[in-house]
Amino acid sequence: MTLTAAIVGSGNIGTDLMIKLERTPEIELRYLIGIDPASEGLARGHELGIEVSSEGVDWLLQRAELPDIVFEATAAQVHAAHAPRYAEAGVTAIDLTPAAVGPYVVPSVNLDEHLGAPNLNMVTCGGQATIPMVAAVSAVTPVPYAEIVASIASRSAGPGTRANIDEFTETTAEAIENVGGAGRGKAIIILNPVEPPMIMRDTVFCAISPDADRHAIEESIHAKVAEVQQYVAGYELVNDPQFDDPRPGWGGQARVGIFLRIEGAADYLPAYAGNLDIMTSAAARVGAMLAKSTQEVSA
Amino acid sequence: MNDSLATAGSAPLDPVRVTDTTLRDGSHAVGHQFTEKQVRDTVRALDKAGIQVIEVTHGDGLGGSSFNYGFSLTNEISLVAAAADEATRARIACLLLPGVGTIKHMKEAASAGASIIRVATHATEADVSVQHFTAARDMNLETVGFLMLSHSVTPAELARQARIMVDAGCQCVYVVDSAGALVLEEAYDRVRAVVEEVGTDAQVGFHGHQNLSLGIANSVLAYRAGARQIDGTLCALGAAAGNSPTEVLSVVFDRLGIPTGLDTPALLDAADDVVRPFINPPLMTRTTIIQGQSGVYGSFLKHAEAASQRYSVPAHEILGRVGELGYVGGQEDMIIDVALSILAERETVAAVAHR
Repeated sequence: MTLTAAIVGSGNIGTDLMIKLERTPEIELRYLIGIDPASEGLARGHELGIEVSSEGVDWLLQRAELPDIVFEATAAQVHAAHAPRYAEAGVTAIDLTPAAVGPYVVPSVNLDEHLGAPNLNMVTCGGQATIPMVAAVSAVTPVPYAEIVASIASRSAGPGTRANIDEFTETTAEAIENVGGAGRGKAIIILNPVEPPMIMRDTVFCAISPDADRHAIEESIHAKVAEVQQYVAGYELVNDPQFDDPRPGWGGQARVGIFLRIEGAADYLPAYAGNLDIMTSAAARVGAMLAKSTQEVSA
Repeated sequence: MNDSLATAGSAPLDPVRVTDTTLRDGSHAVGHQFTEKQVRDTVRALDKAGIQVIEVTHGDGLGGSSFNYGFSLTNEISLVAAAADEATRARIACLLLPGVGTIKHMKEAASAGASIIRVATHATEADVSVQHFTAARDMNLETVGFLMLSHSVTPAELARQARIMVDAGCQCVYVVDSAGALVLEEAYDRVRAVVEEVGTDAQVGFHGHQNLSLGIANSVLAYRAGARQIDGTLCALGAAAGNSPTEVLSVVFDRLGIPTGLDTPALLDAADDVVRPFINPPLMTRTTIIQGQSGVYGSFLKHAEAASQRYSVPAHEILGRVGELGYVGGQEDMIIDVALSILAERETVAAVAHR
C-alpha cells in the first residue's frame, strides 16, 4: 500500500528529501512544514502541489488526516521535543537528526529488525556511507575495531553540523558498533574547503585477523556496495579494498581499507554534497520499505 | 657577542611566551611512540629551563590514536598525567582537532592535569571550534585557537576566522604554518591582520615549521607584527622538516632583547642531553622541502613514506599530488588513495607502451 507522509523541516535536507519522495511511488507526500514562511523549500513544495505550512508541528498535528509517517529534518533538540507528540498521535517518525530517540537504522544493514518501531533514527551521513562496509566485513570475520574517516566539502556542512561536530563523531562511532558489528568504533570528520568542492569521500578501516578470508571479505564488500547502490546511485568504491598485514601498534591485527566516493543525485543540493544525498536517499528508502512491509502485513 | 642587539636606553620590549610542543608536534616525528619516561625527562628539563607551557598530546590531538594517524604507544591521557605530575612551574596544554577529538576527551585531559586547551581547525573552518571553546571556558581552561595551513588563505580571511574563535572564547589565536610554507612577509602580514582584528580581545601566536628553513625568522617577524606567544620544539622535533627549535628561539629572542623568562643554557642541555639521544632529528629533504614549496600539511610526511614503501611510489610524488588536490590536515587516508591512483596511471601507461 501507499503510506502518506509529512516532512517537518524545510531546509536543505527537507527540500532534497521532498524531491526524492515525489518520485517514490510507495509514499504519498502530503505536507511540508517549516517555521520560516519565506523559506525556499516551502515555495518549492507549494509549486509541487504539496500542502505547506510555516506554523510548525502544531499545525501538522491539527490536520484532520494525520500522515502515516513523518520525516524529521530539523535539529536534535527539536526532534527530542516532537518525538513524544508523534508517538501519541500514532505517527511513525523517521528521524534525520542525531537525536537518536529510536534505534539506529541503516537500510542495507538492519532495517528489517526495526520495521515495526515507532521511531527510527538515520544515524549520520558518514554513518549511512560507512556502516554498510563495516557490516559487510563483520558478516565474514570478527571486527574488533573499525574506524571511518568522512571528508566532506565545506560548503555541504551546514550550521547545524558545524555547531555540533562532536555529535557526529560520537553518534557515528556508536552506530559503527551497534549496527556495523565492530567491537569498538571510531569516527573522524574532516571539512575540506577546496574549490571546486570535493565530492564526499569516506574511508573505512577494519581490524581483522591476519588469517581472515580476504577473498570472502572482498566479495562481501562488493555485494554490499551493489545493495547500497539500489538506493544511492552515486555510491562507489574508488579502489579495490586494500589488505595490510599487521604492523607495529596494531596489536597483531591485520587491516582492510575501503575507499568510497559518494556523488549526490543533485536533486536540490549539488552533486558534491553526497553526504546530504545519502541521508535523504536512505530516509526515502526507509519510507518505501515501511510501505512495502505494511502491504505484506495487511495482505 | 652575547650582548643584546636592543639599543641601550630604549624602552623595554614586551615579553613573549614560548610554548614548547616537543611532546605534541614531536609525536609525529617519533610515530607517536613516546614513552612515559621520555615525557617525564623532557618535562623536567623544560620546566627547569623556565618554559611556562608544555603541550603533551598525540600529534593529531586528543583522540588522534588511530589507523589513520597512527596508534599511540602510550595512552595520551597517562602521558598528560605524567607531565602534570613532573611539572613544578610549567602548565600542561593539550591539542584538540574538532572532528577527531571531542569535549569528552578534553574533560579527560583536564582531569589528568591539563589546564590549557588548544583547539585547531583548518584556516577556513573556525566555526567548528565554537562548542569546544564554550566548553573549555566553562571548565576554566585557558584557551588557544590554532588556524592551520594559514598560508592557504589571505591575511584578511584569516583575520575573519580569528574573530570567530575569539568571539567563541579563544584567548589567543595562532597563525599556524602547518606546511612551513610562509615566507617572511607572508607570516608578518597574516599575524598583523589578526592582531589588528582581535585588538585587545585576545593575544596572537605563531607556530612555525622549518620546511623552508624560516621557522625562527618567521617567529621574529611574527613577534614584530604583534604575536606574543610563539611555539617551538626541542631539536626542532616535529612534523615534516620539524618546528622552530625552542632552544634557538631562546637564543635569538635573548639577542634581540625580547624577554622570554627562559634559561638558555638549561634549554640547550634539555635539547642535547635529554631529547637528542632518543630521536632521529627531522630533516630538510627533497620531500619536506617540496611540502613547504607546495603547502602540504606537515604531518602527511610519515604517512606518505609508509605509502611509498607499500606501493613503490615516491613519497615526494605522492605529496606533490596531495598538494594539487588541496587535501587538508586530517585527510591522511587520502594519501593511500593518491598512491593507488599514481600506481594505476603508471600501469595504464605501461600497458599502452607494451601494446
